[in-house]
Amino acid sequence: MQHFNPPTPLALEIGGLVKRFDRPAVDGLDLAVRTGEFYALLGPNGAGKTTTLRMIAGLLRPDAGTIKVAGIDALADPVAAKQIMAWISDEPMIYDKLTPREYLEFVAGLWGIEPTVAESRAKNLLAWLDLVPHAHERCEGFSKGMRQKVALAGALVHDPRVIILDEPLTGLDAGSARQVKSVLRERVNAGGTIIMTTHILEVAERMADRIGVIAHGKLIAEGTLDELRLQAGWANGGASGGASLEDTFLALVAEQAQAA
Amino acid sequence: MTPGTAVWFARHESRLAWRDWLSMITAGRRERLRRVVIAIFVFAVFMHFVAYWMVGRYADAPVDTSTLVTITASVLLSWLLMVSQAMESMTRAFYSRSDLDLILASPVAAQKLFAVRIATVGVSVAAMAIPLAAPFIDILVVRGGLRWIGAYGLIVAMGAAAAALAVGFTVALFRIIGPKRTRLVAQVVAAVIGAAFVIGLQVAAILSYGTISRATVLQSYAVLAHAPDLASIVWWPARAAMGDWVALVGVLAVSLALLAAAIALVAPRFGEYAVAATGAGTARVSQVVRQNAFKQTSPRRVLRRKEWLLLRRDPWLVSQTFMQMLYLIPPAVLLWRSFDDGDGAYNLLVPVLVMAAGQLAGGLAWLAISGEDAPDLVATAPVPASFILRAKVEAVLGAVAVVFVPLLAVLAILSPWHALVASAGIVIATMAATSIQLWFRSQAKRSQFRRRQISSRVATFTEAFSSIGWAATAAVASVSLVLAIAPALIALLVLAGAWIMSPRTAAA
Repeated sequence: MQHFNPPTPLALEIGGLVKRFDRPAVDGLDLAVRTGEFYALLGPNGAGKTTTLRMIAGLLRPDAGTIKVAGIDALADPVAAKQIMAWISDEPMIYDKLTPREYLEFVAGLWGIEPTVAESRAKNLLAWLDLVPHAHERCEGFSKGMRQKVALAGALVHDPRVIILDEPLTGLDAGSARQVKSVLRERVNAGGTIIMTTHILEVAERMADRIGVIAHGKLIAEGTLDELRLQAGWANGGASGGASLEDTFLALVAEQAQAA
Repeated sequence: MTPGTAVWFARHESRLAWRDWLSMITAGRRERLRRVVIAIFVFAVFMHFVAYWMVGRYADAPVDTSTLVTITASVLLSWLLMVSQAMESMTRAFYSRSDLDLILASPVAAQKLFAVRIATVGVSVAAMAIPLAAPFIDILVVRGGLRWIGAYGLIVAMGAAAAALAVGFTVALFRIIGPKRTRLVAQVVAAVIGAAFVIGLQVAAILSYGTISRATVLQSYAVLAHAPDLASIVWWPARAAMGDWVALVGVLAVSLALLAAAIALVAPRFGEYAVAATGAGTARVSQVVRQNAFKQTSPRRVLRRKEWLLLRRDPWLVSQTFMQMLYLIPPAVLLWRSFDDGDGAYNLLVPVLVMAAGQLAGGLAWLAISGEDAPDLVATAPVPASFILRAKVEAVLGAVAVVFVPLLAVLAILSPWHALVASAGIVIATMAATSIQLWFRSQAKRSQFRRRQISSRVATFTEAFSSIGWAATAAVASVSLVLAIAPALIALLVLAGAWIMSPRTAAA
């Protein structure tokens, strides 16, 4: 008997995405991320990663192209798309004069979350991220790691289906980075989707289900680490069959630079 | 030039100050420099005409008690403004980390740089005062002779004395109340002292009510009768301005000695204070633990509440935004003096209320609209952008209402008509100022509040002219509604001009 496997719904679907500033930052990008996937977007500086993520999050309007989040046209109905998304940047933007608890209450209010549900989630998140002792302190004296954890708690308090992170581990100490990674992994295990840029290739190598490499605003390679190795010309069992993601990434980018 | 010497540091500091100033006047666009220079030249010429009209007739004034009282009062008020600026600069010098790590980690004697830095405050305060005073001094020199040139020397002395006082006051605060509170207290005191200049002018004008001169009160019998003898040391600054070289040398010597003493005492420990100040910024502040649960609310309400909470928890911002309220003191004096005069006093009170509301709304609107510390969070919330803006505007209107409703209630008891006109004026001026901030919005940190004026000069000027326009409209309307149409049209034109020049319209 043949089993019918329905296709996994896409959490994110981007088609022909274009954004120009003084030069093309994103140049006809096509990208698809499956639901429940941890997707890492890599690329050299200025490749268009952050611009892409900001367009997905609704912070930038693309010049052309389509963005669908869980089937919702994010350009036609941004409010509906934002309802199921969360955005975290490398510079945690929180309010210095609010406490973490007040910040979470504010975010929950913005997303229209039922107060009892929000409070229960806030309590769990604060405990999960070791923020309970600081829950009633203003954020103004917090370290970068603590601020990033508060921002992360804010992103999770409305239980988003898609989380977009731009370099979330930059500047975090080992302990905070491990906590953030653990929280992200838990989300994926619970069925959430994560799209993340990072310069820490080891993180992408260990955590991502699939990796996309972007250069000059275009997707130049995509797949699991093994698939990327193949695309970089290193077949399994070859001389560089065990090449690290760093080697593979540099080879792919160099290849693209030569082609350009 | 030998590196590490005081002169070498002075060159370094002056280069930074020059570039900072250039960046400030051109708003960071060097290609604007030519236009800015032309604008400054035109403004300087205009100010010379103003100065001619204001002080031309006093160029040949004799050195008598009446003249000395007037000049001394003017010098004192101006010096208050310089003290205010010096305190601002000194607080910034202590609390700005900038190159502190580099300096303290280097093998040079840091106290030389700190000595230069303190002296720079005196120089910059004097350098800022000279262009403002120059048209008046120039006119007095041209019409009254070279003796008035001593006024320039007096400004240098005032700058040095202001810097010395500012250093002494800031360090004293450090020792008494600690680095954590010093910043706020010093900035509030600086702002209050600065406001005292404007308030002093207004009070002098109000006390001279009914005469043409704004300084008649200074020449009244009551003041002159209590003035010290002509030979008193109190008159030295005024005498110095009028060309008494002995007085000028004396004033300069005392001021520079004060500054030198302040530098000698403070420069060796400047680094220590600055490090303590930096540490104070990272101190944790605990809120009273609230046991109540998350509230059922709407995104609009949550945004409004957030704005009010952030404002309430930032005493520095509260002091900066509500400083305009200090300007209500003179009209209160007027009201008190003219209580029996009836309408005359109320007619003067209405425009002051409207003007203050416009200015307050402008500051609050900047904080709510441009000074959003988590713009990405708000922009990624599932709420339409127009909805967010509306909530923020409501937060501004609410804060303005809290301040002005009690005043209007009192006025309504005394004169319902004037209360009605003032209410309408306050609402319109508030909405106009908020609209200008909306049209010119640009992302910034709340901590940049003091620099908001230089981010868009068009916004700053149109906001001020709009408030003045609506204040004038309210003033005229309280006498005649028909006549108020003219100033209202001018205020509308200002708003239209702001809208046309706003970046969003220009980009469309």
